[in-house]
Amino acid sequence: MRIWCYGDDINTDMLFPGKYTYTCSKPDEIKPHLLEDLDPEFAKSVQAGDIIIAGRNFGCGSSREQPVVGLKAVGIQAVIAKSFARIFYRAAINQGLLLIEAPEAVDYYQPGMDVELNPDVGRIRIGGQEFRFPKPPPEILGIVEAGGLLEYTRRKLKERTGRK
Amino acid sequence: MGMTFAEKIFARKAGKSEVRAGEIVFCKPDRLLMHDNAAAITDKVAKELIEFGVANPDQVVIVLDHTVPAVDEKTAAGHKKIREFVQRYGIRHFYDVGTGVCHQVMVEKGLVLPGMLAVGSDSHTCSYGAVNAFATGIDRTEAAALLLTGETWFKVPQSIRIHLRKRLPELVTAKDLVLTIIGQIGADGADYCSVEFWGDISYLTIDDRFTIANMGVEMGAKNAVFPADEIVKGFLTGIGVERSQWQEVWADPDAQYQQELVFELDRIVPMVAAPHKVDNVKPVNEFKGVEVQQCLLGTCTNGRASDFALAAQVIGRRKVAPGTRLLLLPASRSELEKALDAGDIQTLIEAGGVLLPPGCGPCLGAHQGVLAPGERCISTANRNFRGRMGCREAEIYLASPATVAASALTGKITDPREVL
Repeated sequence: MRIWCYGDDINTDMLFPGKYTYTCSKPDEIKPHLLEDLDPEFAKSVQAGDIIIAGRNFGCGSSREQPVVGLKAVGIQAVIAKSFARIFYRAAINQGLLLIEAPEAVDYYQPGMDVELNPDVGRIRIGGQEFRFPKPPPEILGIVEAGGLLEYTRRKLKERTGRK
Repeated sequence: MGMTFAEKIFARKAGKSEVRAGEIVFCKPDRLLMHDNAAAITDKVAKELIEFGVANPDQVVIVLDHTVPAVDEKTAAGHKKIREFVQRYGIRHFYDVGTGVCHQVMVEKGLVLPGMLAVGSDSHTCSYGAVNAFATGIDRTEAAALLLTGETWFKVPQSIRIHLRKRLPELVTAKDLVLTIIGQIGADGADYCSVEFWGDISYLTIDDRFTIANMGVEMGAKNAVFPADEIVKGFLTGIGVERSQWQEVWADPDAQYQQELVFELDRIVPMVAAPHKVDNVKPVNEFKGVEVQQCLLGTCTNGRASDFALAAQVIGRRKVAPGTRLLLLPASRSELEKALDAGDIQTLIEAGGVLLPPGCGPCLGAHQGVLAPGERCISTANRNFRGRMGCREAEIYLASPATVAASALTGKITDPREVL
């Protein structure tokens, strides 16, 4: 498992350039351009289970969801950041990508340290040190548990028509 | 305890007497905006649309603006698919190629009114705070789900109150003000917050407020909003909206704010956001002499007739400097027509400007006006991120229409007060 480490204000143009937003929408079209303007190495070497650690305001900028869809598709285990921009945060809930807001954990991390995640109990272990993070609020836990908003919506619509 | 603008909107929409920041509510937005991305959005739920249909066709607004006219076969096919969708599901609020940038169209067609709740699959949906709406961006997946259900969840945001005092000086604009605010509080200074503008706002036109609200997302805000004062009412009357059609909302004087800020407008100077972050803001004089190869005047941030008028006033009968390109990108057909009637587009074209169709393309490197490696552009748009205008090795500086016009004259970043 590899840890990809980035700074503050990583915007969605860096995660997935705007010039591709109307020609690439499917996971396989997105993957080769992921993080293209931030770290050309990423798309070539990323593997399922890898983790991204970043600073403040991760995912700021455009509402394009390709970064989230792409990170989920390549199997990123979680993005751990000091804070997230709100549209990106929402998009991650909608795609079932795990985002962890844990500023102390980000500050503590040094390259080379082991990172171990346990989302079920809301715990990160970095180089032997433990950090806690909260679960999503109960009102939206249903979306997360369904694996994303579309699956959640499908179930809801089926229930509704089933009742009729 | 009183309620903020955001708390009042969400209480009303959720059918409650009171809600507080931090609460999660489910409600039906009055508007769901999409643009060229409607092709990808409807694709996601193609089967479900056949089975369940569109929950509320009148909630939906679609404006083609990001890659117009079509760039290639793929974007052309996307547009065609959207036209078919609009036809099949009876979407009344559809605006085809050339009408303008979706956000400008929403406001100028009266599709978004005071007290409304609007969401859009575009981050600059926050622009409608200019007309007292709660408006915020969502992703494509959420837009797809909204097509099917008409409903979504919201976390009621904390609020920040910004007091504006006095007037902006000559040749200093709303763009300089919003860049000053972002420079001070940072790109995440208003993260997740609703930003309310109070104080001497009667000096700010609808266009000024649009520019400011448009850049709310660049300080991380969920929305950025002005009250429905006489200026808003006058604007709405002007576009033929009757008073009975809206119910404005404003915060109580004793509402609770996370933060309060004061800006003295008479002290603001022309500002520039340098590469590659919108909060990398400094007075224009710190960039004096930086050469630019392209000047972009327009976009949904600053592509209205008043922006072209200001630029034409700065340029006058002079010419764009050799080695510099001036691109004109109107926010809408209607704003282009107004600028043509005023003679300002003619002035800018005679100076050497190139008129582009109303739309978004150059702003995000999707279509036209792409930069080459090593080139610099000064732009009135809202983002200067690396690669934003299609090239990773190019630089983008953000400024007001006056500063962009002045820079086009000299080929270097220039204080407009020095050339007029």
